[in-house]
Amino acid sequence: MSKWHLIIDVALCHNCSNCFIACKDEHVGNDFPGYAASQPLHGHSWFHVEQTERGQAPMVETAYLPKSCNQCADAPCTKVGDGAVYQREDGIVIIDPVKAKGKKEIVSSCPYGAIWWNEESQLPQKWIFDAHLLDRGWKEPRCSQVCPTGAIQAVKTTDEDMQHRTQTENLRVLSPEFGTSPRIHYRNLHRFTHHFVGGTVVGDVADQLECLEGVSVKLTRNGEPAGEATSDIFGEFKIDELPDDSGEYTLHLSHQGFEALETTVSLDKSLYLNELKLTVQT
Amino acid sequence: MQLQILLQGVSWALNFTALQHASFKERLHEKEFIAQVKVKDNSVGRHYHFGKGKVISHSGVHDNPDMTITFKNAALGVKLLRPPIDHTDFINAMKNFALQMAGEDEITQWFTDTISIMNTIRWEYGVDAGNGERRYTNFTNGGPLFVYVKDDKIVRMTPIDLADDDAASWTITARGKTFTPPRKTTINPHGLTSKSVVYSSKRLLKPMKRVDFDPNGERNQQNRGKSGYEEISWDEALDITANEIKRVKREHGHGAIMNSHGSHHTWGNIGHYLSAQMRFMNAIGHTKMHLNPDSWEGWYWGGMHHYGNSMRNGAMEPYGQLQDCLDEAEMIVFWASDPESSSGSYGSFEGTPRRHWARELGIKMVHIDPYCNHTANHIGGKWIPVIPGTSPAMAHALAHVWMTEGLYDQDYVETRTTGFDKYRAYVMGEEDGQPKSPEWQEAETGVAPHTVRALAREWGNKKTYLAAGGKGTTFGGANRSATGAQWARAMICLMAMQGLGKPGINFGNLQCGAPIDYEFYFPGYAEGGMSGDLTGTASPIQLYQRQPHLLSMNSVTQQIPRLRIPEALIDGETSGYPTDARSIEGQFMGYKYPSPGHSRVKMMYKYGGSHFGTTMESDRLAKALQSEGLEFIVNQSIWNEGEVSFADIILPACTNFERWDIGEWGGAGGYSQHNQTMLNHRMVAIQHKCIEPLGESRSDYQIFTDILKRLGLSAYFTEGATELDWCKAQFDASDLPKHISWKKFLKKGYYVVPAEKEENRPPTGFRWYAEGRKKDVPEPAPLPSEYGEKYLEGLQTQSGKIEFEAQSLKRFGQDPERPPVNKYIPSWEGRQTSELFAKFPLQLLTPHPRYSFHTQGDGKDGYLNDIEDHRVLVDGYYYWVARINPVDAENRGIKHHDLILLHNERGSVICAAQITGRIMQGVVHSAESSAEYDPVGEPGNSPDRGGCVNILTPKRHMTAKTTGSAPNSCLIEIEKWTGLAATNLEAAS
Repeated sequence: MSKWHLIIDVALCHNCSNCFIACKDEHVGNDFPGYAASQPLHGHSWFHVEQTERGQAPMVETAYLPKSCNQCADAPCTKVGDGAVYQREDGIVIIDPVKAKGKKEIVSSCPYGAIWWNEESQLPQKWIFDAHLLDRGWKEPRCSQVCPTGAIQAVKTTDEDMQHRTQTENLRVLSPEFGTSPRIHYRNLHRFTHHFVGGTVVGDVADQLECLEGVSVKLTRNGEPAGEATSDIFGEFKIDELPDDSGEYTLHLSHQGFEALETTVSLDKSLYLNELKLTVQT
Repeated sequence: MQLQILLQGVSWALNFTALQHASFKERLHEKEFIAQVKVKDNSVGRHYHFGKGKVISHSGVHDNPDMTITFKNAALGVKLLRPPIDHTDFINAMKNFALQMAGEDEITQWFTDTISIMNTIRWEYGVDAGNGERRYTNFTNGGPLFVYVKDDKIVRMTPIDLADDDAASWTITARGKTFTPPRKTTINPHGLTSKSVVYSSKRLLKPMKRVDFDPNGERNQQNRGKSGYEEISWDEALDITANEIKRVKREHGHGAIMNSHGSHHTWGNIGHYLSAQMRFMNAIGHTKMHLNPDSWEGWYWGGMHHYGNSMRNGAMEPYGQLQDCLDEAEMIVFWASDPESSSGSYGSFEGTPRRHWARELGIKMVHIDPYCNHTANHIGGKWIPVIPGTSPAMAHALAHVWMTEGLYDQDYVETRTTGFDKYRAYVMGEEDGQPKSPEWQEAETGVAPHTVRALAREWGNKKTYLAAGGKGTTFGGANRSATGAQWARAMICLMAMQGLGKPGINFGNLQCGAPIDYEFYFPGYAEGGMSGDLTGTASPIQLYQRQPHLLSMNSVTQQIPRLRIPEALIDGETSGYPTDARSIEGQFMGYKYPSPGHSRVKMMYKYGGSHFGTTMESDRLAKALQSEGLEFIVNQSIWNEGEVSFADIILPACTNFERWDIGEWGGAGGYSQHNQTMLNHRMVAIQHKCIEPLGESRSDYQIFTDILKRLGLSAYFTEGATELDWCKAQFDASDLPKHISWKKFLKKGYYVVPAEKEENRPPTGFRWYAEGRKKDVPEPAPLPSEYGEKYLEGLQTQSGKIEFEAQSLKRFGQDPERPPVNKYIPSWEGRQTSELFAKFPLQLLTPHPRYSFHTQGDGKDGYLNDIEDHRVLVDGYYYWVARINPVDAENRGIKHHDLILLHNERGSVICAAQITGRIMQGVVHSAESSAEYDPVGEPGNSPDRGGCVNILTPKRHMTAKTTGSAPNSCLIEIEKWTGLAATNLEAAS
């Protein structure tokens, strides 16, 4: 049986927030009986974009992470609320807007914090993958339809196929340790969860300080290779996908005509090392 | 005899329509009167008794009708009334007084509206979307939308997925790869949020009068912005407004009424301010609010002197660059260019996939900007932070490297430019002993010399596109500063050194130059829609000949620069330099207010509330609007925001979703001819009236008509046409009828103009110039008289070439801040102005906002309030965001999302801090154009928590002899905001 999944490419999201706005547009002021009661004008973010900043100027970047209800295959919310929450055959999880009334425990059942409490209607609420539109023949949910960068893609396929794609396309889910088998999958999630080390290599050329292009940069940790890069025309290099708070590394820079340089870096989060000057070989 | 039959047919048709349509029958209950149609010599006539839901007509001439339409003779009557009806004949007959209408406007307007409704009531529009919903189309400034409506309520709005029967998309093949855009339209956040602003709690739904304003007694001008309002009837509001129009003309004379509006409007060619509003204002006569070219400033006041392009306000021609860049370019240098935030202009996110393609092809990217902007962050590449206002110094240093190392196109410089020796002398320091080297520029720009050299060498050795400004071909924050003209001039000089127009060497950021059909005609909004204004819009270029309508013309020549409205109102005098695109020299013709023999402004007809957000040093506006000499302000607005609450009378207008309109996505026309070059698919749409106007709000067109009824001008204004009729007139004026029927267009809602086939795609901009050929891109500019040699040969400059020494500036000779050879002159407000800098050590950058469009979409209690990059909720209030560097924040004890006070001697604004390493140290980044103006105390004299950061920016013009805005030359200090009591307000205000 095919299930709905989202594949989100973190590297392609630039936080236009259209997915967030589309969810508001769809649900604020609209009741969809059997699917969802209306969303409050302010305060709820059923579909939203989180951000984190990596590095320091001039090597700095913000990564954006669209997040929502993961439509988990093993959804904890379906196990509370006395049948008020159920999973459809197509994988979409629905909180029944009548049966769920007053059941605040449904909110706390979600380890991802994707369920919101509507104080006015006394309802737990969340993104429903636009099931009401898909049931009317729409081809995709609104979040992917409004996405201008192609960061959000909706696919309807089997969990087995998704598993295969997860491996071949290097997809990840958020907090797999929760063990709920989420159906939102991320590409380039390292932009949000991992770190880089970068710098600018300079050196004297004909007695003038210049950016050094083509410098070989190797990163090791406990003697083991941890990444490598080559500096560009501005002397810049960047080695990415380093785990959180991963401690001491050694950076080895080598370039023809210059003395090799080794330096130790301690990485708790992304780090730009400023200018690293190589000394001309004598 | 034929006329007799036709006249009798009119009453049959009216009654038949009433029989079929209950709403029409109801309309026929509205008024009881006698209308007469006759020929001049009374030989043929028929009169119609309207009333009680029907029309009874009799042959013969009535001696006391309420209204009369007179044809010169029966033949003309037949010609005008017998289908197919040609509107040109109507217009010609009116102009020759062969067709006349007499009677009270209230009756005549009702009559012509009724005839119009009878003709259009059977038209079907929209598509059944199931579930009781109907799908309509509409446009926003951010792109097209399908609008789903159920029971007169908007359910949702979505971008448009193209259908199979829509025209095929273009493909581009570059370096062996084939690219084609997604088959859907894109939309900016400010467009997608439209439902929330339609149903906004800030909508004005009833006419209102300021409680302490009495048109026949005390006016209490000093209380504007402070007093409350009371609801009044439409009749009362319209009567007061019409009476004030008459009164100020009677009491003060020519020029006493001023027109004031935003620079943009809700999308659509009929409802636009350049359309209905312009025709209305021309009909009553108005002192014009003169718009400075605020998007183009540096290009207009500076750039065009080197290479012409005056009809584009100094922007580069935008043809074919998409293909050329993908084919040939090895690097793109984005300089003050953030299309992912600004969308060029009206370009939605159409350029985004093109930049992905460039990245895929391995084209290097460099971004020069004090902020690591969203394009830089998204597409990647090297970010070079540059101290605001100093970019021209860096540009001269690039030229220095090229001159020193021979890295420029010497053949091009020799054959296609003039005055290079003089520029070289300046750059090499032959004049002042100071070579403009990379080392020299470092003290100004903060950019390391080796970084400049690395960029210069790559650029000098590789084919490079210069993405200058948001459009790539113009605009950019750097052009709205004290050094804005210098920057734009420098950009052109750099490209001239590299061979502008040669393969892979051009202006662009992939935002412009798509292979669309440029010959298919649909009028851009700047062509003025129904304005009939031949001098204030681009109507005469094409539209006026294609759409039969009456001319309108403002008889008042007095004008006030938008940036000097406060001075005009407070001091009673000011001056300016014009935006005149006809020639390079038009801008030198300074003008003064008041004009000789004219009245000073006594009444302001204000359209909306955008000026607090968009006027430099905006607190002065609050004081100006309280001037006693300004006897009356009427504000016609959709929302209660900005300066709306400074009006005496408020007229509630509806949005474009509540009335008819028509337009083309991104179709600007005028200064931005072929602006659709930004789109992946050209799309023209009828903008359906999706729902009835909310509350008592009315369409702008209706409000104007209702006022003009009281002045006897409604028939002239409407020409007997409704808004829907005008939409049809635009349709008929365009090339649409050759491709789609009105009936289908009205139902489906849109038409996709097929892409140009590959063989017919226009050539790349400036290639003709680089190759010394006749101009071959499809733009009707410059004007024929602007050529010095044979028509279409060479540029608009005196020499016909790119001039390093601008002859126009040399001839002008009156502006030491704009010398003929571009030279680096430090900003009059910046790090170099040491005394001020010591007090206010942070530079404020105020770019266009990313989520809202000018004031559109912002505030209004809409969805955008909940986007934390736009506004941040603190203690129950949505504050505008100001971005500050972590070091600057730490030095002041400021934490993420703390409230902070931005202040200088001009005023103060409370914002929410966003701490980010993407803004360079010493610079604060907070977008202009907040829609909210919310002073915490006395308006004009207290901190604003709405977020109008332009309160802080200088009103000073770019240079003394320009009317160019320079908001990005601004020094401030910030501190943590701990409340009114705790703040040293003397320092703050």
